[in-house]
Amino acid sequence: MNWLPEPPVAAEWRAALRQLSWPAAVALAQARLDFIRTNQLDEMLRRALGDAIPPGLATKAVRLAILGSCTTAQLHPAIRVAGLRRNIHVTIYESDYGQYWQELTDPNSGLHAFAPTIVLLALDAHHLAAGLTAAVSAEEAEAALRDIQDRIGACWRLAREAFRCPVIHQTALPLHPALLGQNEYRLPGSKAAFIARLNAALRPMSDAEGVDLLAVDDRAARDGLAAWHDPGLWHRAKQEISPAIAPLHGDLVGRLIAAKLGRSFKCLVMDLDNTLWGGVIGDDGLEGIVLGQGSALGEAFVAFQGYARELSRRGVILAVCSKNDEANAWEPFDKHPEMVLKRTDIACFVANWSDKAANIRAIAGQLNIGLDSLVFVDDNPFERSLVRQELPMVAVPEIGDDPTRYADIVADAGYFEGLAVTQEDRARTGQYRGNALREAMRASATDLPAYLRGLEMQLIWRRFDRIGLARTVQLINKTNQFNLTTRRYTEDDVSAVMRDARGFGLQLRLLDRFGDNGIIAIVIGRMTAEDDLLIDTWLMSCRVLGRQVEPTTLNLVAERAKGLGARRLVGEYVPTGKNSMVRDHYEKLGFAVTWRDESGASRAVLDLAGFTPAETFIDMREG
Amino acid sequence: MQANEVYDQLTDIFRDVFMRDDLALTPELTAKDVPGWDSFKQIEIIIALEEKYGIKFHTRELDSLHNVGDLARVVLGKTQH
Repeated sequence: MNWLPEPPVAAEWRAALRQLSWPAAVALAQARLDFIRTNQLDEMLRRALGDAIPPGLATKAVRLAILGSCTTAQLHPAIRVAGLRRNIHVTIYESDYGQYWQELTDPNSGLHAFAPTIVLLALDAHHLAAGLTAAVSAEEAEAALRDIQDRIGACWRLAREAFRCPVIHQTALPLHPALLGQNEYRLPGSKAAFIARLNAALRPMSDAEGVDLLAVDDRAARDGLAAWHDPGLWHRAKQEISPAIAPLHGDLVGRLIAAKLGRSFKCLVMDLDNTLWGGVIGDDGLEGIVLGQGSALGEAFVAFQGYARELSRRGVILAVCSKNDEANAWEPFDKHPEMVLKRTDIACFVANWSDKAANIRAIAGQLNIGLDSLVFVDDNPFERSLVRQELPMVAVPEIGDDPTRYADIVADAGYFEGLAVTQEDRARTGQYRGNALREAMRASATDLPAYLRGLEMQLIWRRFDRIGLARTVQLINKTNQFNLTTRRYTEDDVSAVMRDARGFGLQLRLLDRFGDNGIIAIVIGRMTAEDDLLIDTWLMSCRVLGRQVEPTTLNLVAERAKGLGARRLVGEYVPTGKNSMVRDHYEKLGFAVTWRDESGASRAVLDLAGFTPAETFIDMREG
Repeated sequence: MQANEVYDQLTDIFRDVFMRDDLALTPELTAKDVPGWDSFKQIEIIIALEEKYGIKFHTRELDSLHNVGDLARVVLGKTQH
């Protein structure tokens, strides 16, 4: 957990624990807490709040059921604290010791009464390899592996069918001692070899079943098995995972939960001097900075840039925030032969002498993403602590000042935990750069209609489908600003919309002459008993504001609603504190407001008989 | 390290683990005397001590612990060089 800053000293820590509120606890959870402090924070917060879920959280509270084959209670506090670190409330249920199968299959079990929203299946290596001995034949070992795989697959399917919720599977720790040695896999009945084969088989299997892995085996390979497993604790308390590592285990679970809810970080904001190269470009000049082959330091900076570029290729947005003259700051990107990162890799570049907190705000504004999706790396402890203080929602890892460590620290922190790679992810930096080019064209266009016409926009719509599912869920769970009702849905909820014959879920993609903006809007509608089409969800990426996407989308919604026999469209606005930009959305589109309360929530109606589709500069088609 | 230092540091650890600032340790104190001192808390205390002093308890040592005095003796024995 070395990416987190040091916790407060003991006296301050104890004082803070005595007066805990949810936000105060969220702040305390941002520090490097050992397992005792993790347990303390969890316990004191429960004493302060009980089981009550604090109101106004941006993310739906999680009900996590842990189905284990051994003791897992030592892991609960750290999982709750990892949720806390992400401002997510987690309630945990644990199946009775070793009873995971019975609880899954018995509709009257405590598990069913709990009604989890996420299930974590944690089967330990001793349990999985039970019964196997070195005496068995290759065929018998093979059959045993198939049996276990079938059993695990059956658990996944039982959980999904019963609870219609995501399933996380914890891999087994490689804790068995070797019998043969380095070529262990040649002994079919070896438990060590069996667990290795099972863990390998779980990868494609989980992928095919839509289950996500909690890969503690990978983590143990990096940290050393001894950090994760203590045979003494296994024999004493049947703990496969040591309480000492619980904070990291909890954080791994927290990352998966956040990713599942579309709450992973999205953008890496990088300092330049001594972060991307050694030295100060403004003082040392292009020839003076340390970058590239010839020195360990220079190679380390190249390696970190390479890591950042790889992140961008899998969908993480890259930005720069540097105290520099802008021209100086660009010079290495354009002219230094050893620079790995190029101009085109950076979606947003801010180099000036303002304070970094203000500049990071500007970056979030320009990219139209939330501050809570930014990770800021800077070798300078002063800048790190300033940004932490001014912008507590921005993640600021303790990367230190040794560039050989930067990539590992960013990776270990798991900010960008991803579950699937969508087409949009791959093209992301290009999209944000396209925005910059569109801005330039808007500045040069003499009038707005000419600009819009010149964009040659096409809105391509499809009903919800399996291919777009990951992106649909991502948008539903992370769109805050242009979101009329901010209802968060899981993959299973979205699948239910696909099956709804009296409603529709629409995904809209916007193309223009600068490229493909990807899926930029989602609408969910369903018929009511009064033959109205209720617009349950309407959300849009702010990247495409001001481009007539809204009236064009209304044309589509009206057409689909008429197809279902609707007489009227009914739209709702539910204020959240982040979505005031769409308060008058329906009025602007010609709806009549029929109800509004003091919170600002409203309901508006559009009569379809009298509706004339708006003329826009966007061509719309199904595709 | 002196026995009184060990008791001071053990007291800090016990107060952290049980979240009770009024907990006072005596050599005769046993698990029966402290509400919540179960086998899981016992493991937490042991791991906290192992991390604090960079020591490792032997399983036989753990099995022979009956009160705080036993615990302090083992820690003292392991930290004296």
